[in-house]
Amino acid sequence: MHGQSMNFLFPNDVHIMWSLMIVLYPYITGLVAGAFIVGSLYHVFGRTELKPVSRLAMVASLSFLLVATLPLLAHLGHPERALNIVITPHFTSAMSAFGLIYAMYLALVVLEIWLIFRKEIVELAQRSTGPARAILKVVSLGVYDISEKAREVDHRVVKVLAALGIPAACILHGYVGFMFGSVKANAFWSTPLMPIIFLFSAVTSGIAMIIVLYETLTVVGGRKISGDCLQSLAGYLWLFATLTVTLEILEIVTLSYAQDEEWLVVGPLIKDKIAFSFIGIQMVFGSLIPFIMLAIIVTMKRYLTAGMRNVMTFVAASILLIQVFAMRWNVVIGGQIFSKSGIGFRENYVPELGSREGVAAALLIFIIPFVIMSVFNHFLPLAVEDGDTPAESH
Amino acid sequence: MCERKEGNGYGRRDFLRMAATGAGGMALVMFGGGQALVSANTVKSTASDQLGPGGYDPTKHHYIYLVDVDKCIGCGSCVRACERENQVPRHFFRTWIERYQVSRSGEVFVDSPNGGHDGFQPSDTGADITKAFFVPKLCNHCENTPCVQLCPVGASFVSPDGLVLVDEKRCIGCSYCVQACPYGSRFIHPEKHVASKCTLCYHRLVRGETTACVQNCPTGARQLGDRKALHDRVSEIIATSKVHVLKPELHTEPQCQYLGLSREVR
Repeated sequence: MHGQSMNFLFPNDVHIMWSLMIVLYPYITGLVAGAFIVGSLYHVFGRTELKPVSRLAMVASLSFLLVATLPLLAHLGHPERALNIVITPHFTSAMSAFGLIYAMYLALVVLEIWLIFRKEIVELAQRSTGPARAILKVVSLGVYDISEKAREVDHRVVKVLAALGIPAACILHGYVGFMFGSVKANAFWSTPLMPIIFLFSAVTSGIAMIIVLYETLTVVGGRKISGDCLQSLAGYLWLFATLTVTLEILEIVTLSYAQDEEWLVVGPLIKDKIAFSFIGIQMVFGSLIPFIMLAIIVTMKRYLTAGMRNVMTFVAASILLIQVFAMRWNVVIGGQIFSKSGIGFRENYVPELGSREGVAAALLIFIIPFVIMSVFNHFLPLAVEDGDTPAESH
Repeated sequence: MCERKEGNGYGRRDFLRMAATGAGGMALVMFGGGQALVSANTVKSTASDQLGPGGYDPTKHHYIYLVDVDKCIGCGSCVRACERENQVPRHFFRTWIERYQVSRSGEVFVDSPNGGHDGFQPSDTGADITKAFFVPKLCNHCENTPCVQLCPVGASFVSPDGLVLVDEKRCIGCSYCVQACPYGSRFIHPEKHVASKCTLCYHRLVRGETTACVQNCPTGARQLGDRKALHDRVSEIIATSKVHVLKPELHTEPQCQYLGLSREVR
């Protein structure tokens, strides 16, 4: 067919059904999975240079996991029925697996964090008095053995849990990508690449967030940034960002080259309707700039001072956090800008400020994990003392 | 139960064993219990719904729908009848009509002002229009339907008489089914906040009546059939004529079929 000359939307297709909250949901679960992978690089793969961020990564993962359901609850027409997903799951739906995957992952992360901080919990319980002591005793679950031998066993269990956590993190986020990739009615979502793209961008966002958090907390805490740790994180970030962006480009190139029916709608979508957020933010600002910056950090480290490296890594990581958010936005919102008629586009979506699914609510949800981390840090410090000694190397 | 280590409370190994047993138990209770609940609901609903009002037996029917494109005049009677019958909220549609105008050079002009609710005014496309036609649309009640497949709680289901329906009391309003329907047949009800769609006027079917749209179509462009009925006219037309379905490449197996469908139709 040629010469489509009218913007025609199916009459029921005038609304954006999945709004800002459904952009936030995969963004948050991506941070959960990505942060966990960073923790696992230390606990499972013995990347000892990452020790300074090992605790931070796990607690960041848990903090975001604890709010991962909130965007969904804010979105549901009947949030009071949300538990139907767990009570009466319909297993042919990808979404029905959410309860099971979430519960498994939460149990795994909580157990792992408990084992990592067990020594500090017991010591804190012994130092405390009154209700705080009682609470900490409950948190210690009655296990007070913190001998060297016991800690060794803890480390081994943490390693096993972290190893189990890698496929769990992949499933958690791969499933989010599958939720979009399996919608065959949608030309922009329906690709087997979708879960893989989501997975890689999740790891990218997780590493980027840990870099930003680590640098911020270390500087605010008046400690020195570990050069080895940051250099290593920058390397991983470069690798995963490159893989993510390559996959994102490959998807579009394949669609464009095949010139299938999908391209009739996806082409105008990315070239016109979401050109700013896709080409401008996601591809050029979000991908090209940090790619160059990280390439310099990784390949030309001998020419950079520690300060320059720290600032450049911080900026590149911050931009990549925006890139991944832009990617979620472009997939979720971009995929709904066109009608399933295949020949019509809606007005561009602008989120409301104050509604249940608006900008204010999204910001509030996004701030909660940082509050959780801050409270956690107050009782059980996230900084690893022997890792952030002046180990500068460049 | 668990061996208690002297002075140290429970050992980690005991704790891990307890945790694993507890987690397993929880999972069994949650999902086993949930499944039992589903089964119980299914059994209950099957038993009580077998015979509806007036002794209606859903297992004795399998509804199909036929649209004869050439007969549709775009009057909008069906859309208005549907709106009245089903209290369809304004600006949402359980059924609608699209107008296609195709020029000699292949340009396609499509519109559906207010879903065809108020009929169509003459339109001037400025092109040399060589064919034009109206296409009534509604839920295709697909046999291999993605909306039911993707519903996370089983609120969307296929009834024994072959209809795709929504249990409004179970729907959580996640809109996943709205995303999944390739035909734009579903919407989220603005007041009830649940998925809503064409039911083929199920409340009328159980009374032995036809759908509101079929009853109000002045030209017979819309016809309801029953695959399980003897000498069913619609089944006979589908069996002997060149019929098409919308978006056949998606293999949703629509039970709504079209006579005289042109390739331009989306």
